[in-house]
Amino acid sequence: MIGGLFIYNHKGEVLISRVYRDDIGRNAVDAFRVNVIHARQQVRSPVTNIARTSFFHVKRSNIWLAVVTKQNVNAAMVFEFLYKMCDVMASYFGKISEENIKNNFVLIYELLDEILDFGYPQNSETGSLKTFITQQGIKGQHQTKEEQSQITSQVTGQIGWRREGIKYRRNELFLDVLESVNLLMSPQGQVLSAHVSGRVVMKSYLSGMPECKFGMNDKIIIDKAGKGGVTNEAGKSTSGKQSIAIDDCTFNQCVRLSKFDSERSISFIPPDGEYELMRYRTTKDIILPFRVIPLVREVGRTKLEVKVVIKSNFKPSLLAQKIEVRIPTPLNTSGVQVICMKGKAKYKASENAIVWKIKRMAGMKESQISAEIELLPTNDKKKWARPPISMNFEVPFAPSGLKVRYLKVFESKLNYSDHDVIKWVRYIGRSGIYETRC
Amino acid sequence: MPAVSKGDGMRGLAVFISDIRNCKSKEAEIKRINKELANIRSKFKGDKALDGYSKKKYVCKLLFIFLLGHDIDFGHMEAVNLLSSNKYTEKQIGYLFISVLVNSNSELIRLINNAIKNDLSSRNPTFMCLALHCIANVGSREMAEAFAGEIPRILVAGDTMDSVKQSAALCLLRLYKASPDLVLMGEWTSRVVHLLNDQHMGVVTAAISLITCLSSKNPDEFKTCVSLAVSRLSRIVSSASTDLQDYTYYFVPAPWLSCKLLRLLQCYPPPEDGAVKGRLVECLETILNKAQEPPKSKKVQHSNAKNAILFEAISLIIHYDSEPNLLVRACNQLGQFLQHRETNLRYLALESMCTLASSEFSHEAVKTHIETVINALKTERDVSVRQRAADLLYAMCDRSNAKQIVAEMLSYLETADYSIREEMVLKVAILAEKYAVDYSWYVDTILNLIRIAGDYVSEEVWYRVIQIVINRDDVQGYAAKTVFEALQAPACHENMVKVGGYILGEFGNLIAGDPRSSPLVQFNLLHSKFHLCSVPTRALLLSAYIKFINLFPETKATIQEVLRSDSQIRNSDVELQQRAVEYLKLSSIASTDVLATVLEEMPPFPERESSILAKLKKKKGPGAVSVELEDGKERGELNGGGDRGGDAAIAASNASTPSPSADLLGLRSTAPASGATPSAGSLLVDVFSEAGPSATSAGVNDDGFLSSAPPTVASEDPAPPLPESDELLNKFVCKNNGVLFENQLLQIGIKSEYRQNLGRMYLFYGNKTSVQFVSFNTTVSCPGELQSQLNVQTKTVEPLVEGGAQVQQVINIECLTDFIDAPLLNIKFRYGGALQNISLKLPVTINKFFQPTEMAAADFFQRWKQLSQPQQEAQKIFKASHGMDTEVLKAKLLGLGTALLENVDPNPENYVCAGVIQTKAQQVGCLLRLEPNAQAQPGEQMYRLTLRSSKDTVSQRVCDLLAEQF
Repeated sequence: MIGGLFIYNHKGEVLISRVYRDDIGRNAVDAFRVNVIHARQQVRSPVTNIARTSFFHVKRSNIWLAVVTKQNVNAAMVFEFLYKMCDVMASYFGKISEENIKNNFVLIYELLDEILDFGYPQNSETGSLKTFITQQGIKGQHQTKEEQSQITSQVTGQIGWRREGIKYRRNELFLDVLESVNLLMSPQGQVLSAHVSGRVVMKSYLSGMPECKFGMNDKIIIDKAGKGGVTNEAGKSTSGKQSIAIDDCTFNQCVRLSKFDSERSISFIPPDGEYELMRYRTTKDIILPFRVIPLVREVGRTKLEVKVVIKSNFKPSLLAQKIEVRIPTPLNTSGVQVICMKGKAKYKASENAIVWKIKRMAGMKESQISAEIELLPTNDKKKWARPPISMNFEVPFAPSGLKVRYLKVFESKLNYSDHDVIKWVRYIGRSGIYETRC
Repeated sequence: MPAVSKGDGMRGLAVFISDIRNCKSKEAEIKRINKELANIRSKFKGDKALDGYSKKKYVCKLLFIFLLGHDIDFGHMEAVNLLSSNKYTEKQIGYLFISVLVNSNSELIRLINNAIKNDLSSRNPTFMCLALHCIANVGSREMAEAFAGEIPRILVAGDTMDSVKQSAALCLLRLYKASPDLVLMGEWTSRVVHLLNDQHMGVVTAAISLITCLSSKNPDEFKTCVSLAVSRLSRIVSSASTDLQDYTYYFVPAPWLSCKLLRLLQCYPPPEDGAVKGRLVECLETILNKAQEPPKSKKVQHSNAKNAILFEAISLIIHYDSEPNLLVRACNQLGQFLQHRETNLRYLALESMCTLASSEFSHEAVKTHIETVINALKTERDVSVRQRAADLLYAMCDRSNAKQIVAEMLSYLETADYSIREEMVLKVAILAEKYAVDYSWYVDTILNLIRIAGDYVSEEVWYRVIQIVINRDDVQGYAAKTVFEALQAPACHENMVKVGGYILGEFGNLIAGDPRSSPLVQFNLLHSKFHLCSVPTRALLLSAYIKFINLFPETKATIQEVLRSDSQIRNSDVELQQRAVEYLKLSSIASTDVLATVLEEMPPFPERESSILAKLKKKKGPGAVSVELEDGKERGELNGGGDRGGDAAIAASNASTPSPSADLLGLRSTAPASGATPSAGSLLVDVFSEAGPSATSAGVNDDGFLSSAPPTVASEDPAPPLPESDELLNKFVCKNNGVLFENQLLQIGIKSEYRQNLGRMYLFYGNKTSVQFVSFNTTVSCPGELQSQLNVQTKTVEPLVEGGAQVQQVINIECLTDFIDAPLLNIKFRYGGALQNISLKLPVTINKFFQPTEMAAADFFQRWKQLSQPQQEAQKIFKASHGMDTEVLKAKLLGLGTALLENVDPNPENYVCAGVIQTKAQQVGCLLRLEPNAQAQPGEQMYRLTLRSSKDTVSQRVCDLLAEQF
């Protein structure tokens, strides 16, 4: 189990140190600083083993969060905890920065006491944490005994993530399907690897203790429904075409897994506010929003000509945003001239790349950039490794093809029905690591 | 670096460096560097030529970036351009860049070498120095090739400036160290040596480093430097502190130079010229005198400089090791330092004393400080100093103070630091062994050692105890008693249990007479520890139990019960289970005779270098030096006992000889139990793993391969028989099967059967290596008159023995008439090109042709009387070299081939046997009587062996053979 948690700034100074178990000494703090933060070679593994002690770290901007343990813990659990911890801190005081951590250190210790007990992760649901860990200070006098005991029973109860007696005048639901699409393509346009990792994020403002049911075009559900003979033949054929194969998925703790296992239906009592309902990954039939066609020509030892064409590959009515193409330049570049038809392009010496930015681009269009790169002859016989051209963008659809089929809300005690709830659904597809070799 | 003029400030560089220092993260730093690199690239690429200043600035930036750990692959050309500048700062930066970032680009190297050559031939001393520094800093082979001829010329030229000479000397030193073959001194030698007479002290200091290095490689060429160095030294030592001006350091004249001179002298033996020697002795005395003078300054630098010279002088005195007076003075001086409050001085004093202790002149003087050293061991706060104190104690130990030192080390061990415990344990073990006057003290000490620091007692230590106890019969009883007492402690270390199990298993009978340590008590004591031990120890204990069954038949039921219990016979550990099953079977099936043979007492181990010493040698440290010095002495003392050849090795690997029928010990009756013998074999391996299949691996550590010289005799003639081959022969008198010979390469197993006057012998040659033996050839010859006595026919073997393979050879033997000598077996083969030539005696002895004859008492005595002529009788009275165990004796007599006649002799203690030796020519009847005096004290037990036969030579021979067996 987790032995302790340390938070360092970029210099390796300790901002927060919380030790849960006796087997972790004070020297563990220094061991991590010396061997990871100040290591001569950059440490790339998130798990470091120093003197039979394991350190798991994540880095948020300039802040290092490190979990230390002497036991053989589940590393995935530790990282899940660390990410959760980051989320909790972010929802309490915004960006995780040295300043914010210093200003909120009392709160952080309080949170750490609550979400970890003797190294075992406990409740890390922001919504319920906020009911009893507040930033306003103690309101002991005003809080009645009843309220306190209510908090206790709620936090320790069966549905720890939602308290009772929530009331809204407008019952609203926001559902975002956020996907990031990853691609590695050969210069000839052959897909070497591609996958989409997606998240379904919800924001719910619902009264009472509603029961929700979420449906999407998962292949297994659709096929099952088809076999049941409920849908007619036409429906089957259309749904068969649109359904997607989900490779794996994980759910928020509120989802009833038993029901998912038996019926493949996702039903849950939602937490109040914002939360991530599920995560999934798909690898089949991915819609690639952009195609990058590179053309690199070496003219002698001192010159390089680069031409890159990008083609958007989605409905013309949709608009992609924040498009950025990054064309790496050789390490001995001494000068660059760029011409592009659309957007702005610039040679960034500090990043050894030409960065081409386009604000908006509609579907089924294409655009082109050409650059002339001057090189300084070097003594090195090493050839330029030609790193891949990478790309960033944002599109208003889900590249995996995922569709929300329904989201039903049932609340038996209060008198509002599914139709009274206002629901918003949004799809956002972003680029993950979207690279094309040149 | 000379002061940089205002205009050379290089503001851009300062800004860049401060930018880098202000970067918040690694990423930001990399970004800034990338930007700067792009800027420099565009500048270098630019068409208009850069001026010297900006070139220098950019090269500087590149250098800085390189030193931050980034690759730089351009800018070399610009740096080389800077070399030809006339400004000092530009040239300096150019050289700096080149020496840090030298690139083996041949084109560039040529340019660089050209620039250096120009600078060397310029008359400007600053530029010459810069060039020399660059050569030294790079120090590559190419540099050496280009300039090795040039630099000595500069060094010895009359008109060279002093500062250049200094640089040249050091540069040459560097080149010599890098590629000694390229720096040829020859003609320059004498002139370089004469640099010692140079007016300028700096030049002398630089030159002496060079000379020291050169003379350590070829001392003869530089012999002349000794007298020069001595005169130089005496001039410095005798000078007043103000004479040398710049070279006086806190009132000490030229300390560095003095130290270097003293170190140079350490490369040579004491000067033969009396005058020079007198002068040197005078110098050393002056240095020792000066140490006694009150310090001229309280500054630490003053005393440091003074002591540096003093210690170097003491090293020289130790190196010469010929001036008793100086050695004793040095020792006294060091004795003073032993109580100095400066820890470093105490450390150095202890370290130097360690070497002093090994000199015959100062050994006694060192010994006078024993109290101080013991005190240091106990009270010193720094562990490294304590370590040195322990080393010194070890070094100064001799017979007179061994008991005191060992006792002190033992008592210190209880509180000693963990880091040095193991070494301490080894040292105590060695000292105890080396200076043991009576072995009971030795046994006490080692058992104490195991009690105090059991965890640190390595395997070697307790192997060694057992070796010694087995080899020395006078301590066996005492050892058994002490071990028994030590085991009674409620918690004892596992190593103690191992020693206890082994010793009680072997010699428990020696203390069984005492009701307090009766067999059952012994067994219960051992078994009470059983469950707390690890698997190897348990295995050892199981073997001890089966030995108990052999030693004390009364414990048989109890032990069988234990072996039969589920926790043994169904143990999850395969080794334990196997042992339990096999021992149980062995104890229930085998007759007492067989048991006695299988579980025969361990034969003495062959003497060899103590395995502990080998281990200590592996540990580095000054202690190791003196170990080797004392090595020879120690051996003489240890090897008191008779040299018993490779017995142990053979016994240990007895069962491991692969053989078609596993019946190696000739135990047909116990065929089902014969599987037990491998375990018995590995038990021996437990105790003395090195004695197992790799018989002399202790020796291997030192000189690689085959430390026992005889097998490696590389001549084509058959080698003379191994010295131990007679022992080997004796080994096989009473048995027919076993391992005849073994070394690192080869193992020879033997299996033989005899019927009447005919015998057949199977020899198994096992290749223990992974390499094949080629031209493998064996011959059996009968030397001298044996030819007419024995008819031996061999079948040839394949000339190729693959690695790990075994070949078999059959030898048919016919006994024509009685004989004394044994036929010789010569084995020749090539292993990795080296010819191996081994000669052994084949274990064919006259008794092999015995035919047992049963007869009644009356019959026996009648025949006994018939053979009453004096020449028909052979008698021997000899001391028992093994215990007088009835079963063992019986087994041996049976193994001899005769019939053991029960109820014949009126005295039941005596053994009588009868047999007929079958030869082709005649049959020789043979009667035997063995009378032990079993009541005598162990150690004084004697046998009287009487043999009567119809032929005098037979009586004598059989008597001789048999006398070696008991």
